[in-house]
Amino acid sequence: MADRYVLAVDQGTTSTRSLVFDRGGRMVAVRQREHRQYFPRPGWVEHDPMEIWANTRRTAAQVLADVGGAGEVVALGIANQRETTVVWERATGRPVLRALVWQDTRTAELVAELVARPEAPLVRERSGMATAGYFSGPRLRWILEHVPRAQERAERGELLFGTMETWLIWNLTGGPDGGVHVTDVTNASRTLLMDVRTCRWDPDLLAFFGIPAAMLPEIRPSVGVLGVATALPQALPITGALGDQQAALFGQACFAPGEAKCTYGTGSFLLQNTGTELVHTRSGSISTVAYQLAGEPVHYALEGSVAVTGALVQWLRDGLGLIGSAPEVETLARTVDDNGGCYVVPAFSGLLAPHWRGEARGLVAGLTSYVTKGHLARAVLEATGWQTRDVVQAMAADSGLSLPALRVDGGMTTNNLLMQFIADVLDTPVVRPMVGETVSLGAAYAAGLAVGIWSDVEALRRNWHRAAQWTPSRGRAEALDAEYPRWERAVQLSIAWGAPPEPGVR
Amino acid sequence: MPGTVQSIERAAAILRVVARARDPLGVTDIAQAVGLAKTTTHGLLRTLLQVGFVQQDRATGRYTVGTGLLRLGDPLDLNEVRARSSNWADALAARSGHTVRLATLAGADEVVVVHHVFRPDDSAQVLEVGTALPARTTGLGKVLLAHAPEARRPTGSWATELAEVRARGWGVDRGEHEPERGCIAAPVRGPGGPVVAALGINGPVTVLFDGRGAPRPVLLGMVTDAAAAVSRELGHGGG
Repeated sequence: MADRYVLAVDQGTTSTRSLVFDRGGRMVAVRQREHRQYFPRPGWVEHDPMEIWANTRRTAAQVLADVGGAGEVVALGIANQRETTVVWERATGRPVLRALVWQDTRTAELVAELVARPEAPLVRERSGMATAGYFSGPRLRWILEHVPRAQERAERGELLFGTMETWLIWNLTGGPDGGVHVTDVTNASRTLLMDVRTCRWDPDLLAFFGIPAAMLPEIRPSVGVLGVATALPQALPITGALGDQQAALFGQACFAPGEAKCTYGTGSFLLQNTGTELVHTRSGSISTVAYQLAGEPVHYALEGSVAVTGALVQWLRDGLGLIGSAPEVETLARTVDDNGGCYVVPAFSGLLAPHWRGEARGLVAGLTSYVTKGHLARAVLEATGWQTRDVVQAMAADSGLSLPALRVDGGMTTNNLLMQFIADVLDTPVVRPMVGETVSLGAAYAAGLAVGIWSDVEALRRNWHRAAQWTPSRGRAEALDAEYPRWERAVQLSIAWGAPPEPGVR
Repeated sequence: MPGTVQSIERAAAILRVVARARDPLGVTDIAQAVGLAKTTTHGLLRTLLQVGFVQQDRATGRYTVGTGLLRLGDPLDLNEVRARSSNWADALAARSGHTVRLATLAGADEVVVVHHVFRPDDSAQVLEVGTALPARTTGLGKVLLAHAPEARRPTGSWATELAEVRARGWGVDRGEHEPERGCIAAPVRGPGGPVVAALGINGPVTVLFDGRGAPRPVLLGMVTDAAAAVSRELGHGGG
């Protein structure tokens, strides 16, 4: 009998990738296509949904051809960039404008108005998240206000809303000819429109944001039948969908409460499974849906997003020209033994979790004539470690769960100095899995689980193998614990620096 | 007097023009400055771009001197080698089921581990990055010694074995370093061809080798393929 494979589509911010995985969780084939980034005004970021759909269809067809007769592809799973918002015509499949990407900040003013309204606390109470431009609800509101007649057309059911997985599933299953209009619960939880306890669209939240229910997709579990993709060379059941960071949590096999992963890229995203009980957050992490298997309760997670981690290394390379390539930061940092008293707070456009201070601006603290570029490189790497500790500490305060180990993925995990620093600063083992493609693997796992390629999550757990582990050293952990208040002070200074000057101060 | 190679002459002229310019130059400016047809100049620039001697601005299409030229004499950064080899090393460990190490020569008698991927059986293992291993008794070391500059190669009875390693493109040890454990390793080449590292798998001698001591072909193929892939990743073989 031929091997049974799963197709995963990873619809990301810069590209769309189609990958095929075997039962062992090993990647068999991959195809990728980048899409254009549109920056029509400062702070605006857009993607062309038609281009992304074309890239999805094309890479999926290519990868199916690559596999050929080697194995039978039996299911399709999707992981997608989260909070990116599309509105399109039900009758034609034409978007009413380009997708508003998660990095887009045009809703800032709109959000400020919403937050000022007396009913505003309702959002946090029901959705579990703060009213912020980061989520897709405010973007949908913006579209309804700025596209002529959009509000009335949406109310008549002529326009449909979706995040990327919804847009792709609708097109894969026929588009205007019977396309299925669904979203998965993890993506729905990032709209601010869903009740995070019942996992249904909340009428009061819809009223608050002025969103017509007629345009919303049906909310479905992340693992289970979503529709049949008829737009590919072979018809495939779509049986899994997850937002990309939730997909990475799934791909890292974090199925038990307390288990956590952090993806270290340009920015970093730390998610910790908190089980089937929703955690009330007070310390700056946010509660989000982790995943749901059809017929089972929802699993929740705490999430902490850090805006600038790898981007700080890129700044050292492109902004300062101190290194020729990102990995060289480790070479430069190893020319010295410590940070020389230097701290870099990379609040390039404010601080996200756990501080949520948009006004903060970056700073280099502790400069003396002793500090060399080596110390600066070390401080740049340590900034990622310190910020991880900020997030982990906030999560521990909120959930009361201890962190047995931190599972890591992403480009920065090849940096040994950084990974060891993170292990020491958290006083927790840091573990890298053998398959670095955790986002697409998570989508494949979700889809394969639904069709019985894997019997249960325990089978997925057995696929997870350690490629490397960094163990904290007792002495270093204690020293860094004593040093942590200095970092906290630098963060406070960066917030104060960005704040409007007090009256009388010039 | 032997003749000069025309395209090298022309490429050198282009590099001079690009290096002297205060601002990035377009292909038309460069063609005019060196007195060549635009298509010829474009062809030469494509090759210079590929070897990293010029770089092109994505938005304007204009050329400046590339980092490859600025850092012509610099040794390859080992942290960069690790970053670039990571995907291939992971795949090698996943497919072979054995420990993977990438190492480089450090002094005459030692190699240092630059990258290490655990054996995928989830047993307790310790990360060996930065650890020194003897050069003469490990497969990794033999590969690196075999490709070291002649002055640094051991002489005597060693010379024959190392010549063999060099000729066939891989090296092994069978329990010479650790009892009953062995290694199959192959060279990783940097831009232009010099061997910059060795990539190998480590496991029980009885699993890695057949009864006559020859490396099992499937495993050997995985190692040489992965080493070739990392070499390509580092820019060896015309990108």
